[in-house]
Amino acid sequence: MSGASAYGSVLALAAGLGVLPVATESNVLLNFLVFMLIVSVAATGWNLLGGYGGQFSFGHAAFFGTGAYGMAILQERAGLNAWAALPIAIALGAAVGAFIGALAFRARLRGSYFALVTLAFAEVLRILANVLPITGGAAGILIRLRVDPWHFQFADQRVLYWVALGFLAGALLLVRAIERARFGAWLVAVRENEDAARALGVDALAVKIAAITLSAAITAAAGCLYAQKFLYLDAAIAYGPWISVEALLAPVIGGAGTVFGPVLGAVVLLGLGELTKAWIGDLTGGAVPGVDLVLFGVLLILCVAFAPRGIIGLLFRLRVWARWARS
Amino acid sequence: MKIGILQPVTGALAQDGEHGRLGAEIAIEEINAAGGIKSLGGARLSMVFGDARSNPEGGVAEVERMQAEGVVAIIGGFASPIALAASQAAARYDIPYVVDVGVSDQIVQRGLRNTFRFGPGFGTVTKAALDNLVAINEAAGRPARTVVIVHEDGLFGSGLARLLNAQLPERGFTVLETISHPTPSRDMSNVALRIRALNPDVLIPSSYYSEFVLLARTLHQQRIKPKAIYAVLNGAASNFRFVREFPEAANLIMDCNHWADPRKAKTAEVRAKAEATGRFWLYNIPLNYSCVRLVADAIERAGSTDRIRIIEALAASTFEDHIMPYGPTRFLNGQNQGAAPVNTQVQDRDIKVIFPRAFANATPIFPAV
Amino acid sequence: MYSPEILFAALLNGVMTGAIYALIAVGLTLVYGVLHIINFAHGAILTAAMFAVYGLHAAWRVDPYLALLPLTVGFFVLGYAVQQLIIGPASRGDDGNILLITLGLAIIIENALLAVFRSDTRSVDVPYAFSVVEIGGLLFSLPRLLAVAVVIAVALLLWLFLAYSRTGVAIRAVAKEKIGAELCGIDVARIYAVTFGLGAACLAIAGSLLMPTYLVNPRVGNAFVLVAFTIVVLGGMGSVPGALLGGLFIGVVESFSGLFMGESLGQIGIFLIFILVLLVRPTGLFGAKA
Repeated sequence: MSGASAYGSVLALAAGLGVLPVATESNVLLNFLVFMLIVSVAATGWNLLGGYGGQFSFGHAAFFGTGAYGMAILQERAGLNAWAALPIAIALGAAVGAFIGALAFRARLRGSYFALVTLAFAEVLRILANVLPITGGAAGILIRLRVDPWHFQFADQRVLYWVALGFLAGALLLVRAIERARFGAWLVAVRENEDAARALGVDALAVKIAAITLSAAITAAAGCLYAQKFLYLDAAIAYGPWISVEALLAPVIGGAGTVFGPVLGAVVLLGLGELTKAWIGDLTGGAVPGVDLVLFGVLLILCVAFAPRGIIGLLFRLRVWARWARS
Repeated sequence: MKIGILQPVTGALAQDGEHGRLGAEIAIEEINAAGGIKSLGGARLSMVFGDARSNPEGGVAEVERMQAEGVVAIIGGFASPIALAASQAAARYDIPYVVDVGVSDQIVQRGLRNTFRFGPGFGTVTKAALDNLVAINEAAGRPARTVVIVHEDGLFGSGLARLLNAQLPERGFTVLETISHPTPSRDMSNVALRIRALNPDVLIPSSYYSEFVLLARTLHQQRIKPKAIYAVLNGAASNFRFVREFPEAANLIMDCNHWADPRKAKTAEVRAKAEATGRFWLYNIPLNYSCVRLVADAIERAGSTDRIRIIEALAASTFEDHIMPYGPTRFLNGQNQGAAPVNTQVQDRDIKVIFPRAFANATPIFPAV
Repeated sequence: MYSPEILFAALLNGVMTGAIYALIAVGLTLVYGVLHIINFAHGAILTAAMFAVYGLHAAWRVDPYLALLPLTVGFFVLGYAVQQLIIGPASRGDDGNILLITLGLAIIIENALLAVFRSDTRSVDVPYAFSVVEIGGLLFSLPRLLAVAVVIAVALLLWLFLAYSRTGVAIRAVAKEKIGAELCGIDVARIYAVTFGLGAACLAIAGSLLMPTYLVNPRVGNAFVLVAFTIVVLGGMGSVPGALLGGLFIGVVESFSGLFMGESLGQIGIFLIFILVLLVRPTGLFGAKA
């Protein structure tokens, strides 16, 4: 792929998504899309480490939550402007990533061991955030309602949508650039065979720590977006396992280790959830709770059964079949 | 005329959400049977139900859907985090939002003109609970001096524990220890152990249903009997399921909580309807029932589906046809000033009202041992 | 500082809770050791087992301890079928896929239980629920002491089974060297299903032992899963004795950290120990070298 078309596809996706609000007046859809973008950004962060680097994390909540709390605390406790708080909050998330990475990778943890240690770190942060005064403890922290672009709060949902889209485009461009750079090649080499990569002179430890730091920064940015959208955080929201799971599921469903996998996965995952909810809701009037989620679970399994390499993998296979059929 | 009812019916808070929805359903049915909104030509209310999925995002997504469906008002939320996020989302569209349960005082301190809370917040509940505790203690010749607080470590339990810790010493009680526990909890043996070691006169627990049942059962098993178990906003102590299933463990436990007004004829009627669905009578039912009636009254007086006019009608409300023991409604900055909790005690396998005296149907049994 | 008898009581409480943790972790570690998957549906299956105990008692007044045997067999069959019919075919052996499928199963089970039983917390009412045994002036729950004995017996049986039976040997062979075992003529798919069935059977036993003193709602299993994961790692992934010792150890640690740091903050104790063990000795405290 030439340089122009490699980056062009990201920009084309962003442009395509960018005109959506012009086409729709529906705030239900916009609200859904903003949330989907937030999950996509978080998942793109996970994908850099998990998809390209092969290091599955179960604890990306640690980075998401640090970004979110950073945003809230810097504004509410330190009186910083939201836009000034943003880079600091992202840097804090990256620092947490570097810290966990340095400890875990230095101890040569991989596979399930790495996954579980990230989970444990996220849980420790969740428990701490629930008792420390700076996070507001269990009462949570409320970002004052000041609807003004200067405070990163927008009267028009569409503006937040475009801002979130900008975040996503930035994250995707970064992943694309890494994919094409030497660093990306090292990362993939470490995923495929760490010993071989080291034998070829790749500093596997440094590569992995750099990857988790960048990954954490991206996911922390998603946390910042979350904080500014909902303006309220508590420990279960910021550091709860839900975001770790979403950030992992989306790339795995969409196609881990591909630029667009996390976005596609987030669309499918959240879209399926909304569709089953709406459909079962129409059918039963919502009289029996849980039925929509049962259906969601079934669809998730079917999705995996028929698209085992993620949706991107499925698309790729279909293309191969189409070519083969034609020839 | 569409009314949005927002409750968590899946996820961690599903048990409460189901009861809240039931209360709202009973009210809507009644209003329609009585001829709907008369000032709007007998317009019928129809419920747009939203499952908040026990988290703030779920609540906000449902508010957006309700806005798209054109609701004139939204009622519910149950938990404070959901109520905080959902009322704020509703504020974008000036949708009147009435919080049913969420007790965090932040809810009514954000200057949102669309947000009203019909029930009492933390501060009010704590003050009433302590007034009553002092009164009970005085009447018995002050046998109780020491307290242990057990609370769940979320917003609701921790918030209460902080207020109690600040105010109990002023009222002549010594707080021996404050024990927090996570929700869900797997075991309460150690909490019971510490209570045994501290041997307090009064135990004040603020937890959700499952954890409190576990604690009460463990205390009963360990034969730990303080002079009083005096719960505040407890998820189980005034729940008939708990009383029915564990009569011995529940016996003589007191609770300061939301409670329907037993003097009103309507209360028994609503309770009968609720129990006919096979559910136990829980405070969420009368609270949501009353909130829906409150909103219907505001629409009636506004004589319009215009949201601003409904908000104005709510702000000026003097509604008293509800089944809570609050007197006429009067909102100040969104908080109903008359809202107050009630003290109950489990006696003879029933939940009796012991405070306020105006409609108590039993006298407190204290000390319990 | 607490008196010695309180400390002793905390120790015993920890052992009693830890025994149940151990049993749940044994199921998890077996599945991990053989299939090399982290089974996200473990908690949901435990919830299902607890509802099964509740259902039998509510419908026909079947005592939880009487329900133990038939449920163990039933859940073995169920686990066997789930692996053979759903996880195996749908995953095609890919770890990421198995993760998603067990997660999907967890969502299905939890919400199907929610739809059927609704969200209410339920418990079984048995005459011995409040029975106690007096040890040194302290009271201990009889059903929970009984649970410790049953767990030890189950662990022993399982260990004998793995060490001496043909299937047990085959399970260990697949765990060690899957391809080699396949070459020796072992039907790996069947061994996977048997292992998954054993994991589910452990949960049925745990459910029966929990119900006399605990309660059940559609989300109750989640409370136990995270702690079971930590035990599996502490004990060494795949090690049955490790899971047993790890469970008791975590139970005691949780008990004491709860006593000294409070129940909420005490949870940190578990995770910090977990992180430390992983960083210093990733094969687990009791595990053999990986």
